[in-house]
Amino acid sequence: MSPLSRRDFLTAGVAAGAGLVVGFYLPHGTGATGDGLTNNAFSPNAYLKITPDDKVTVVVARSEMGQGVRTALPMILAEELDADWKKIYIEQAGASTLYGDQSTGGSASIRTTWDPMRKAGATARAMLISAAALNWGVGRDSCKAENGTVVHDESKRRATYGELALKAATLPIPTDVPLKKPADYKLVGTRIPRIDTPSKTNGSAEFGIDFRLPGMKFAFLERCPVLGGKVASFDDSASKKLGGVSYVGKVGDYAVAVVADSVWGAMEGRRALKVTWDEGANKDLTSAAVMDGLKKAADGKSVTLYSVGSLASASGRRISAEYELPFMAHAPMEPGNCSAHFQGSKIEMWAPTQVPQDCRDTVAQTLGLNSDQVKVNVTLMGGGFGRRLEHDYAVEAALVSKAINGPVKVLWTREDDMKNSPYRPSSFHKLSATLDAAGFPTSFTHRIVAPSISAWKGYPVDGGVDPDLKDEAPLVYPFANASLEFVQTQSVVPLAWMRAVYALQVGFASECFIDELAAAAGRDPLEYRLHILSKDEDIKYFDATWHPARMRAVLQMAADKAGWGKPLVGGHYRGIACFGCFSTYMAEVVEISMEDNAPKVHRVVAVTDCGQVVNPSILEQQIQGGIVYGLANALRAQITIDKGRVVQGNFDEYAPIRMNECPAVEAYFVPSTESPTGIGEPSIPPLAPAICNAMYAATRQRLRKLPILNS
Amino acid sequence: MADISLRVNGSEKKVDVSPDTPLLWVLRDTLQLTGTKYGCGAGLCGACTVHIEGASARSCTTPVSQAAGKNVTTIEGLGADGQHPLQQAWIAEEVPQCGYCQSGQIMAAAALLAKNPKPTEEQITGLMSANICRCGTYERIRKAILRAANTGGAR
Repeated sequence: MSPLSRRDFLTAGVAAGAGLVVGFYLPHGTGATGDGLTNNAFSPNAYLKITPDDKVTVVVARSEMGQGVRTALPMILAEELDADWKKIYIEQAGASTLYGDQSTGGSASIRTTWDPMRKAGATARAMLISAAALNWGVGRDSCKAENGTVVHDESKRRATYGELALKAATLPIPTDVPLKKPADYKLVGTRIPRIDTPSKTNGSAEFGIDFRLPGMKFAFLERCPVLGGKVASFDDSASKKLGGVSYVGKVGDYAVAVVADSVWGAMEGRRALKVTWDEGANKDLTSAAVMDGLKKAADGKSVTLYSVGSLASASGRRISAEYELPFMAHAPMEPGNCSAHFQGSKIEMWAPTQVPQDCRDTVAQTLGLNSDQVKVNVTLMGGGFGRRLEHDYAVEAALVSKAINGPVKVLWTREDDMKNSPYRPSSFHKLSATLDAAGFPTSFTHRIVAPSISAWKGYPVDGGVDPDLKDEAPLVYPFANASLEFVQTQSVVPLAWMRAVYALQVGFASECFIDELAAAAGRDPLEYRLHILSKDEDIKYFDATWHPARMRAVLQMAADKAGWGKPLVGGHYRGIACFGCFSTYMAEVVEISMEDNAPKVHRVVAVTDCGQVVNPSILEQQIQGGIVYGLANALRAQITIDKGRVVQGNFDEYAPIRMNECPAVEAYFVPSTESPTGIGEPSIPPLAPAICNAMYAATRQRLRKLPILNS
Repeated sequence: MADISLRVNGSEKKVDVSPDTPLLWVLRDTLQLTGTKYGCGAGLCGACTVHIEGASARSCTTPVSQAAGKNVTTIEGLGADGQHPLQQAWIAEEVPQCGYCQSGQIMAAAALLAKNPKPTEEQITGLMSANICRCGTYERIRKAILRAANTGGAR
């Protein structure tokens, strides 16, 4: 394994008598080199702290939303440290200028912290060994680390890390510490129980909505039901007559807050509030009109995401198809909320957020404070799925807290969340291919027509390429002639990154289309894909390289595990799809039956190649969870807009999957010692196309529009 | 406002709230038992599930007046030190991901096992389909309930 270089800039020192503290830099984004240098200085993102009481504390600067970072990230560090797992403690980092980018998203927590976490653990281990060798006056080569101790076999001496911490902190930082070989892993790759499980079975886990300060008030906001609309006027006389309502006032230009002593009091006060709205420019908007706009834009100006060979030179039978996907809402179980305590020249926040630093900076900007006057504590969150990559809840809480000059929790109802959130954009896709005499593609084009989420948020979109498309929308087949194009449209509907982001749309369209090509060629869908993938030509797509061999392997394994081609129970049909995103390969085989023209999904076999697996139990959770989430996306997740208003309100109108619809999900991974890649999202994109492809097997009808049950 | 008495997790509580206040907010807000969660406010998701006289109830749509004088059990009072067989099974099967819905899931499962100590998989699915988990933990929930049933989860 690669030795540490001088440019790793690990630092160590005695922090207020705390023992050995190693800071390290965790980059966000796969392109980062992680050399620890940012604009002006070394920028540590998390800390390993070993104290004389023999506690090993890992500060996790990513947010726990169910994906297991509070367990998996410390596992990586503890592996190289040879720590005693039972002595590992976790500390959640709040927003800080010390930590680099703390955003939790993009299936990035493991893949971007893998190297720095390992190096930090290995460096600390080397320093602890040196400390023991010096204490004992023996050569450091005769000492070894073992389960939280350093051992000298010859003299049968042993010292715990806690006993060695203060000494180790005085030593110079080694620059050439080797990392373990995968064969020597003891923790990584094992099903260590999650640290947070017991607290999530007895009610003691504290989520954002559970946090409470003495004297805290509670607030709900009545927001304009029309997208982009504003408050014209409001009448709070009835609200204020209710006991406990202490404040009613505008928040921004789009909402009125009702503050009360209790949650129910605030709910009742809000119900009594009368607001007149200035509905604004979107009052006649419909989601159908948005889709029409996408279709009209489809042949307009585009940017090329990927191009190989020459489309003009390709000939053969032409097949074309178009696909549509709707707006979708994240709908995490814990609706939006945030607690804030404004105190004149500073404010403290308790936010269930995936972006503590965005919360801090936006709140600072909104209140006219400096960032260092805003303290953001990160709470546990009841699901994220990208909804908490926003900071609207934090800004609202800050404004209300300032208005009442005291601690407050702003809560959202389920309907507030459904109707006033940013959404996964709807998209339109035009695909076309030419087939040779054997039915295989001589050319392949895919035009993605959608707004840019980043552009909507005001982030730079270099060269017109939404940055998410680079991570999420690759072409994974080594076609000789191909073009992947993006037509960027404008949006008046608020947009958000939602689990799997564009990969859901792009994977749906492309994997349904490949299946159409296979059918046109009269070939088995698995064999057809494997044949195209048989050309071992790496695909360079922005910063990523996709290897057809790895996609072949997941496809073949999924087919084998699912018994592809073997007889099925009468009335059951299979469908297959594969896709790659966040550098991870994924293939899925679904088994369905048709009941009242609707698919019932009985079984999903999902196989991934995501490099080295850190914790197979957490991996299985992520895949099973992704399939269940993706099944809702496929079957009926749809946000529609009428008269400028979101139609859906609660779980009856935007219905998640329940246990009776949950298929048996078998999750497998290809054993690998490659660096880990993303796993939070990649199981989602192949699911909808695999179901639609199975429906084709059942009905010989193609479905080119999600959600399936509305088509 | 009215003084309403109820017995929560075995201890007498007197709360001074409007009688139409949902039991959920009395538990969370007045009594600060926050293990019971708000998910939908409409009885659709089951995150707020508690027991009233041993039967599963949606606290978000149950006015506190309906619980007056009754025994209410929340996740905090289900098993001594969180050691109810279902809680142990939830840990053994590593059910929770985000964990937000799990109090309601466990309470719904506990009411099921209390009535039917050896449910079939179909019975489990039938009853537990009333509860929503957006993380998709259903497979492990089913396994955990079967595990608890096999180790005497009806206690």
